[in-house]
Amino acid sequence: MTMPETELRSPLRELLSELTPTVFICALILVGFILVVIFAPLIAPYGEGEILTNDSFALQGSEGKAQPGSTLLLGGDFLGRDILSRLVYGARVTLSVALAISLLAFLLGSTIGFLAATLRGTADAILSRIVDALISFPSIMIALIVVTSLGSTFTVLIITVALIDATRVFRVARALAMDIIVQDYIEAATVRGEGLGWIMWQEVLPNALGPLAAEFGIRFTYAILFISALSFLGLGVQPPHSDLGLMVKENIQALLYASAYDDLRYALICISPALCIATVTVSVNLIVDWYLKSTGASLPEEL
Amino acid sequence: MTSRFLEVRDLCVAARVQKSALTPIVKNVSFAIETGKVVALIGESGSGKTTISLACMGYARPGCVITGGSVRLHDREVLELDFLERRRFRGTDVSYVAQSAAASFNAALTITRQVTETPLIKKLMSANEAAEKAVSLYRELDLPEPETIGHRYPHQVSGGQLQRLMAAMAMICDPKLLILDEPTTALDVTTQIEVLQAFKKLIRDKHTSAIYVSHDLAVVAQVADDILVLKDGEMIEYGPVDQIIHEPSQDYTRELISAAHVMPKRMPEIRTPTIQTTQEDVTEPLLVVDNVTAGYGPNHQYLALHSVSIEAHAGRTIGIIGESGSGKTTLGRVISGLMGCKQGEVRLGGMPLAGSIGTRSRDELRSIQFAFQMADVALNPRHRIRKILGRPLKFYFKMSKGEADHRVDELLDTVELPASFADRFPRELSGGERQRINLARSLTAEPKLMICDEITSALDTIVAEAILKLLRELQERLKIAYVFISHDLSTISKVADTIAVMRDGKIVEYGSTVEILTPPHHNYTELLLSSVPELRTDWLDGIEAQRTTARTAAAG
Repeated sequence: MTMPETELRSPLRELLSELTPTVFICALILVGFILVVIFAPLIAPYGEGEILTNDSFALQGSEGKAQPGSTLLLGGDFLGRDILSRLVYGARVTLSVALAISLLAFLLGSTIGFLAATLRGTADAILSRIVDALISFPSIMIALIVVTSLGSTFTVLIITVALIDATRVFRVARALAMDIIVQDYIEAATVRGEGLGWIMWQEVLPNALGPLAAEFGIRFTYAILFISALSFLGLGVQPPHSDLGLMVKENIQALLYASAYDDLRYALICISPALCIATVTVSVNLIVDWYLKSTGASLPEEL
Repeated sequence: MTSRFLEVRDLCVAARVQKSALTPIVKNVSFAIETGKVVALIGESGSGKTTISLACMGYARPGCVITGGSVRLHDREVLELDFLERRRFRGTDVSYVAQSAAASFNAALTITRQVTETPLIKKLMSANEAAEKAVSLYRELDLPEPETIGHRYPHQVSGGQLQRLMAAMAMICDPKLLILDEPTTALDVTTQIEVLQAFKKLIRDKHTSAIYVSHDLAVVAQVADDILVLKDGEMIEYGPVDQIIHEPSQDYTRELISAAHVMPKRMPEIRTPTIQTTQEDVTEPLLVVDNVTAGYGPNHQYLALHSVSIEAHAGRTIGIIGESGSGKTTLGRVISGLMGCKQGEVRLGGMPLAGSIGTRSRDELRSIQFAFQMADVALNPRHRIRKILGRPLKFYFKMSKGEADHRVDELLDTVELPASFADRFPRELSGGERQRINLARSLTAEPKLMICDEITSALDTIVAEAILKLLRELQERLKIAYVFISHDLSTISKVADTIAVMRDGKIVEYGSTVEILTPPHHNYTELLLSSVPELRTDWLDGIEAQRTTARTAAAG
């Protein structure tokens, strides 16, 4: 049979030709969020900690009494700060911290995972059991213990959550590499006398990249939810910095206002940061699903 | 009854390459099968033979569409049946035996449960009837312990047995048409004969019509009544077996016949050692495997090699032959350093080699190259050819990028591929082209010795022939020594100067090719020799008695 022309087209173009409307919208949303993260100070109408009104939970579109002429487009929070501005800065913190966590987790997790699969035997057994031990604790508990004892700075937060995430990445990377390492091309490289580094990064990694990229998407959304959860518990991002999870926590009383005044607009103040989290998470997940389906790269069963 | 049982007329199948465009892959194919007859579809991979056989069931693989023609089975037009009607007649009227039985069985269910699945689902038999039927089929297929073999799981029987069980699965509803898709290609020669015999007997006894798909003319000649030669989806030649074999009218058919897996008829085709060789034999051999014992598991617990000794000389080929499990691949792994040995040693140019790759010097590693069996898994699918060939150059010779690129072009030329292939990925090449790249990668190291592990086994006969020719030319030019591992005696006899016959980890016969192939043979060699099909139609029937004696002798 002659070679079908599709084989010769670039994989990226092939991927884009299968773009569905849903995925296109999700991609637009993500691009929007990325722009917000980069240009946060330009987009936010007011400062992160700027108090515009003395009232708690000003309604959407009301005037900031403390600063004449200012409008609170999406309302004010419990301290009278602009919700829109805090959302913009919050998204910036949450998304960049989540990205840092995922990158670090993948660097660590896949390196150690590939190492375990390549070395096999005792080294694999020791690494795997250490990871098993770490996985056996509820991750939120480890995070709480570490963060309370070391203090909640960005560095501590990123490293702790990345380490916890790395254990999950390790399992995926190891399972993927286990399948790859038995292939003849690995043996061909071994016979040639190649070292561990070449085999891990040049022979194994390119073949694991598809499923790992998909896993990255999933891990990224988990990282967002995890920091938000920590912030909600008061151990994540510390005030006056804004964070989407923290914003939900700070403004939880708005829900009481909503029921007391029977006005759903109050609830929206608390819900809007949660909506942001949901939008990003769902978008990333849909894109990952689509990517998995269209490339045929599925995740290994042993996770 | 000589009615035309299956009649295929002007069948056209196309593949959907892009969203709108259709590329024809089968063009106007017509043939007919009378009741109880066998038609063979023969051709290289990609010639459309599997596509045609599937179309006879009214099925097109995903991405393919049947674009025209008619398939009349008995009195029905298969292509006009709707989905449910097709489903009803598949499995009962027509059934299909796939190439890899191992991949077609579910490893988690017992064999009989899978064999009897079709009649049970279609409510044609009760569970007991179906089980009885299965046992009688096992008996007809000469399976050992027919009463109990069905209680086993697929991994508890051998590859040849599984292939026959697959035939039992296909025959359980007494189909009128049986489609056999390369059913023996993945088997050893000795096993292949047994499976062929079982199939032939079954087809004869049940008076079933069959379509036999294969790329090996010698095998097809044993079972088929008519042969249809295909190339690129087009009919090249169609006629009775004897006519195709003895009076082929097309060049392509002649090419297929010359590439068939048969023993060379005349001795000159076998490589005879010249006087020069005997002189070289006096000189120091390049590689000596001295009394090597090796095995798998901790501390070589499960021995795969028992006191094996062989020698390889520069510019010469030593053929290692044996069935799967004979230890021939293990021997290759010991020589290359992928495995250490328990006793004995491997010497290269008089110097003992270290047991593992880590302790061998880079120059020793360079001198011995290993060419793998399956080029499609031996080449990293994510590397371009330039990287696959360039890496050993940078690794062994510390070449700069420019030097390596230049050398890659030269190497591609050596293996008769265009330089433009350097920017392709392995999946963009055909099987034969990939095998050439695989060889080229071994050549980049400028080795003294190359271990070729079944490198032609997965290829079509014509492509394999071209690879063997290339190997011979390279040897003449570069004076490389080959250790050629294969289960196919006909291939070995075409390339080897000396042959070592292996069985159960031991060398049972060792000598020059002429010595090995001229009688008297060792019992086991006799069995192997008798298993190589000959290109005449009555060979299989005549061989049975001869093989039974050879088998008992080899076992004893």
